[in-house]
Amino acid sequence: MNPIKSLIREMADKRGRSRENLLPIMQAVVEREKYLSEYSMIEIAKQFDIPAAEVYGTATFYSFIETRPAGQYIIRICKTITCAMKGKNQILFAIQDMLKVKLGETTPDRKFTLLETNCLGWCHKAPAMMVNNEVYTELTPEKVRDILTGYMKINDQNLN
Amino acid sequence: MTNKINITINGFPVEIKKGETIIQAADSQGITIPTLCYHKDLCVAGNCRVCVVEVVGQTRLSAACATPCEEGMEILTNSLKVRNSRKHIIELLLAEHNADCTKCYRNGNCELQKLSSEYKIMTQDFLELAPLKKYSVDMYSPSIIKDDSKCIRCQRCVRTCAELQGVNALTVAHKGDKMKITTFFEKAMRDVVCTNCGQCVNHCPTGALVEKNYIEEVWDAIANPAKHVVVQTAPAVRVGLGEELGLPAGSRVTGKMVAALKRLGFDAVLDTDFTADLTIMEEGTELLARLKKALVDKDETVKLPMATSCSPGWIKYIEHMYPEYLDNLSTCKSPQQMFGALAKTYYAKARNIEPENIVSVSVMPCTAKKFEAYRPEMHDSGYRDVDYVLTTRELAILIKQAGLDFNKLEPVKYDRLMGDSTGAAVIFGATGGVMEAALRTAYELVTGRDVPFKNLNIEPVRGMEGVKEASIKIENPLKEWAFLDGVELKCAVAHGLINAKTVMDAVKTGKVNYHFIEFMACPGGCLGGGGQPIPTSPEIRKKRAEAIYAEDGALALRKSHENPEVQKLYKDFLKHPLSDVSHHLLHTSYTKRERF
Repeated sequence: MNPIKSLIREMADKRGRSRENLLPIMQAVVEREKYLSEYSMIEIAKQFDIPAAEVYGTATFYSFIETRPAGQYIIRICKTITCAMKGKNQILFAIQDMLKVKLGETTPDRKFTLLETNCLGWCHKAPAMMVNNEVYTELTPEKVRDILTGYMKINDQNLN
Repeated sequence: MTNKINITINGFPVEIKKGETIIQAADSQGITIPTLCYHKDLCVAGNCRVCVVEVVGQTRLSAACATPCEEGMEILTNSLKVRNSRKHIIELLLAEHNADCTKCYRNGNCELQKLSSEYKIMTQDFLELAPLKKYSVDMYSPSIIKDDSKCIRCQRCVRTCAELQGVNALTVAHKGDKMKITTFFEKAMRDVVCTNCGQCVNHCPTGALVEKNYIEEVWDAIANPAKHVVVQTAPAVRVGLGEELGLPAGSRVTGKMVAALKRLGFDAVLDTDFTADLTIMEEGTELLARLKKALVDKDETVKLPMATSCSPGWIKYIEHMYPEYLDNLSTCKSPQQMFGALAKTYYAKARNIEPENIVSVSVMPCTAKKFEAYRPEMHDSGYRDVDYVLTTRELAILIKQAGLDFNKLEPVKYDRLMGDSTGAAVIFGATGGVMEAALRTAYELVTGRDVPFKNLNIEPVRGMEGVKEASIKIENPLKEWAFLDGVELKCAVAHGLINAKTVMDAVKTGKVNYHFIEFMACPGGCLGGGGQPIPTSPEIRKKRAEAIYAEDGALALRKSHENPEVQKLYKDFLKHPLSDVSHHLLHTSYTKRERF
């Protein structure tokens, strides 16, 4: 059986198929695949016996559930006003320059996806960003280049 | 304990029913509060905010649709604060709305336009956001056009699709300023579970959801001298059309409508009711054949209950939702498609016209019929059986464009050959009608006597109850039907797909044991169809139903098998019900579809 299909079934068996378990299951799939595909949503809808459109509506409501294929590391830059005032655009330019992708895009090697997000709650240490579940604050262009270089190295070692 | 409470509205003390919302209380006092997201068919959403009123003692305005009245409440529906707020709310809605009203299909019949006109919104004080938004228009469906630039996100369509129909093709996706009404994965309407029923079109306050119209195509056909254009009109159109032309709900305009169609230039004005009678002959015989197989031959492969197949919205619904039950559907085509197949064969031959020169137009209370005519299997005459499907609304547009004074038209009768009908066919337009018509014929066929109901009116299957049940015990049948002696024929009727779901789930779990079930996709049956005049409400549908039954009661012939033209059709062409010719032209098959 398709591994995502079995993951969804296992999760549904474990947690139950009531509506409040929809979000945890979606998160589990995102944890595994980095995004929630059309296939996964249909499978979830079948398991929960709810309309597929409802799964899609719920998924798109949450910023942290991607519905398009994403890279291994998802970079989310806070786009809210405090970070913007503290130079979020400089950070964005630095990343775009370094990874050669625009906002919303994924690098050709599928390592990084660059996105914006709503307030991360780190206004006192703005500007802030997340890489997967890790938060980085008080960013400067130099600092962000170091951080991303670090991620590139981890990945290279893994590949070797 | 009294169930009345006292409140004041705009300073005037009134006594109202306990539990009423402010909007209902105001309505009962003859005060209209403007609404957009509110609809009598649907649950309260409270998101558009145009119904805000002032409750004395509260600093914030309240949404009249979502606020229940309390004893002693002082409500102001027209204070300066209320008026200014409403005006701002309308302006804000317009800022995101593609207000290209003169080029909009709903021009003149748009609730937002009407409000904007009432409140005299003459300037645009807010930044116009509509041009900045990347709105898309979905024109792929043969039935429905969805234009996001006209959408005010009131979610009536989403609630309609979920609450009335249980289809959930539409959903709310994304959030904040990116929030939009869309389908699964933002696919085109034709690629998702949408049944094309058009209830969303009927409930949409603006031009965001409209039918795909074929007005120009029909005018072109009429203008082409080489073409013989036949038109058929569905039962429910004759009790709805009047509303679009200034008459009150429930006006019966059959004769005037025929007169209007002749003046529009159609070469023959014929009646879908004729093939509704024919449907009863075919479907009734099919039911009896299935019962015989089950009861006499003990054939376990026979699928019962048998379900009706007249409603194309229901057909697409079962194809998506209960594909394992497709064999339970009657194989009969809908009356529209039976008519189409006969128009280019039987009619063409009788009139000595080349079928390729016939343009077959139908006027339907339905948007799903447009999709049905478009189905690849609907070419049994060798041509596309029905070329263009117009809704009741589109016919009204044709009549207006032609400059006809509808009320002054003298009623005339349908043309001959496929123009005759009985009362049994007329009631196809109301929920329970197909069942009633089928029982009138089947019972007589089996027993030789009238159905045991006063004046042939089978009351248990009438009315607006979501699911209706009836049973008829067959006693002393004719010799050839002796096996049905003492059998209690159990029937059910469901209208609105949410009720169809209830019945199908009960069938699936084996809780019920019906022989025959009538399903209609729309609330109230075809008379509440997605192609009928806008607005719709429970009261309007009730009036249309009364008109349908009055039409039936006024006819001399009220049983399908008594239709002289149907008898002639069998004699000259089809031979007998379920014959080879009928199988080829009048029956069809169904397609399993995905459930998203």
